[in-house]
Amino acid sequence: MWTALQRRFRDGSSSPREYGTAMSLGLVAPLLLLLLIAFVYPVGRLLWNSIFAPDATLVHYGRIIEEPLYLLVLWRTLEIAFVVTVLAFLLGYPVAYAMARMSGRRAMLVAACVLVPLWTSALVRSYAWIVILQRNGIVNDLLEEAGLIETPLRLLYTKGAVILAMTHVLLPFMILPIYSILRNIPDELAKAARNLGASAPQAFLRITLPLSLPGAAAGTLMTFILALGFYITPALVGGPRTLMMSTLMAQQTTELLDWPFAGALSAVLLASTLLLVVLYRRALSFNKGFKIG
Amino acid sequence: MHGASVSLRELGKSYGPVPAVERLAIDIRPGEFLSLLGPSGSGKTTLLMMVAGFERPDTGAIWIGDRNITQVAPNRRDIGMVFQRYALFPHMTVAENVAFPLRMRGFPKTRISQSVAEALSLVQLEGLEKRLPAQLSGGQQQRVAVARALVFEPAVLLMDEPLGALDKKLREQMQIEIKRLQQSLGITVIYVTHDQEEALTMSDRIAVLRDGYLEQVGSPADLYDAPATAFVADFIGKMNFLDGICRKLGADCLEVDLGRSGTIILPQQPVASAPPLQQGQRVRLAVRPERMKLDRHDDRKISGVIEAVIFAGASHTFLIRLAGGEIIHVQTQATHGGSLPQEGDRIGFVIPDDAVHVFPQAEC
Ligand SMILES: Nc1ncnc2c1ncn2[C@@H]1O[C@H](COP(=O)(O)OP(=O)(O)OP(=O)(O)O)[C@@H](O)[C@H]1O
Ligand SMILES: [Mg+2]
Repeated sequence: MWTALQRRFRDGSSSPREYGTAMSLGLVAPLLLLLLIAFVYPVGRLLWNSIFAPDATLVHYGRIIEEPLYLLVLWRTLEIAFVVTVLAFLLGYPVAYAMARMSGRRAMLVAACVLVPLWTSALVRSYAWIVILQRNGIVNDLLEEAGLIETPLRLLYTKGAVILAMTHVLLPFMILPIYSILRNIPDELAKAARNLGASAPQAFLRITLPLSLPGAAAGTLMTFILALGFYITPALVGGPRTLMMSTLMAQQTTELLDWPFAGALSAVLLASTLLLVVLYRRALSFNKGFKIG
Repeated sequence: MHGASVSLRELGKSYGPVPAVERLAIDIRPGEFLSLLGPSGSGKTTLLMMVAGFERPDTGAIWIGDRNITQVAPNRRDIGMVFQRYALFPHMTVAENVAFPLRMRGFPKTRISQSVAEALSLVQLEGLEKRLPAQLSGGQQQRVAVARALVFEPAVLLMDEPLGALDKKLREQMQIEIKRLQQSLGITVIYVTHDQEEALTMSDRIAVLRDGYLEQVGSPADLYDAPATAFVADFIGKMNFLDGICRKLGADCLEVDLGRSGTIILPQQPVASAPPLQQGQRVRLAVRPERMKLDRHDDRKISGVIEAVIFAGASHTFLIRLAGGEIIHVQTQATHGGSLPQEGDRIGFVIPDDAVHVFPQAEC
């Protein structure tokens, strides 16, 4: 390797391709090791245990199928993740669009509004929703004062509350990829469309929207996957009545200490996630091979 | 297809306190090729954007034919436009790009495919219909942009430095093609460029802009032979400038003191300067290099020392330093045989009276 390095110095040329396989492996090894120890091993162990604890058995998977509760939770998880993704897209796209159009101080202000929540812990944001939605929280107080309701509504620990809070928490993950794509679409394109006879909505629908689809795909995928496995917010805002897969798994591991069953649950969630991702990518074959610019 | 007249009436537009375009008035004839020429930041794009409808003028009006379009939305103006970087839609094929304006107008399918084929053959791009813009060369993209801007038969075509991104050879070829297209279609073209050669070769008339003001509008020959201001004189072609002070000012003669470099006597006051010159006024004289003649007899009023001789094929350019320190370019036809003046020679020159432009200088 030393002579190779020397040669490289002499030639004065070095491109990434020149680094041998050994060197490349050496460079990624620390991260690889960390991932192996901290991620692959525990997850693998969990999944392994779901089948081989104590002997090879499918009894844990059987339980999931037999018990309607578990299938209900899985279905609810998928449903909530789907609704959250759709809501985040509908709310996030206009924000990303506005951000991409703005410049200077206003753009920074809006970017801050999007990013600050991202930097705030999800725990804090979930507690904030509890404060807002609880029995004597802000919303109920306001409604009572306005005379619209007599007794406080039950807002917290409902599916609606989970969807609301999760949409809020995950919104930046939708906005940022869409924003970065929109930002790279030259505004000359929309102008050209207008010049060629398109109304403003037509120019958006035919030019800007299709060109931003890769960002929308990334944003929706990211939000959906994050929503499927989201723990803190459903646990706090959803309570025991709105169990999701993550809260169910936490119960199994921390309260019931049924690790093999938790492993089976996570295997099912993992498989459903992968399946949906593959189907999604199939359905939207964006990679038509065009470049922006 | 017929060109329409375009009338820009006292147009003004400012961004904040700085005017980008200031009280600008030009009447463009139907079928005319008008270039907007000016240095960077002179307001060319701003003016074009106002005509296209993307910038709203603060003052004035824009008329196309007998229609006031100042308040009309961009998509209802029926003006073709070629953007500097073409602005082709990257997710649409060549054919889809060219079909776009027709689809927006709700034309039937058969009519669209026929018009698209015609437009593509006009710019010699048959056979590339299925390609995406990213799969085309710069020159081909340019042609697609032109085809797309012409396919809906607009009466006016706007072009914002359409050839800026092409190399010199391709640029010259496209200049000829665009000019031919414009003439055969009879369309009115407003063409932005900061390349004066391009403007001179292509235009019927050139409008020279500077800091948002119209300096002069006229035919290429007008601008070259009779520049209205020192700025235009400097901007179009090569020009020698000599600064001096008006001394004698008679009805039939003008004497300009060039300081240590000597004096120039002109038999009559040039007509170009609008406010009559005053005695003692600072003036700037301008002479084209090819209008000056070398004179070996060193007894002329103005003379200098040759600093360099530049041979450029058909011509020689002599760089001559005057006594006052100014460097003057004199261009002569290359002659075969005979000895040329050499570097270091002292030499005089003759300036024909009608070759001198006199511009009053701003107070300093
Ligand atoms: N959107 C804008 N906001 C603020 N100022 C602008 C804007 N667009 C243009 N200007 C200013 O207006 C003036 C004219 O700009 P314009 O783009 O019309 O120049 P140009 O002649 O097209 O220059 P170039 O040859 O560099 O393209 C410049 O001083 C520019 O800084
Ligand atoms: Mg410009």
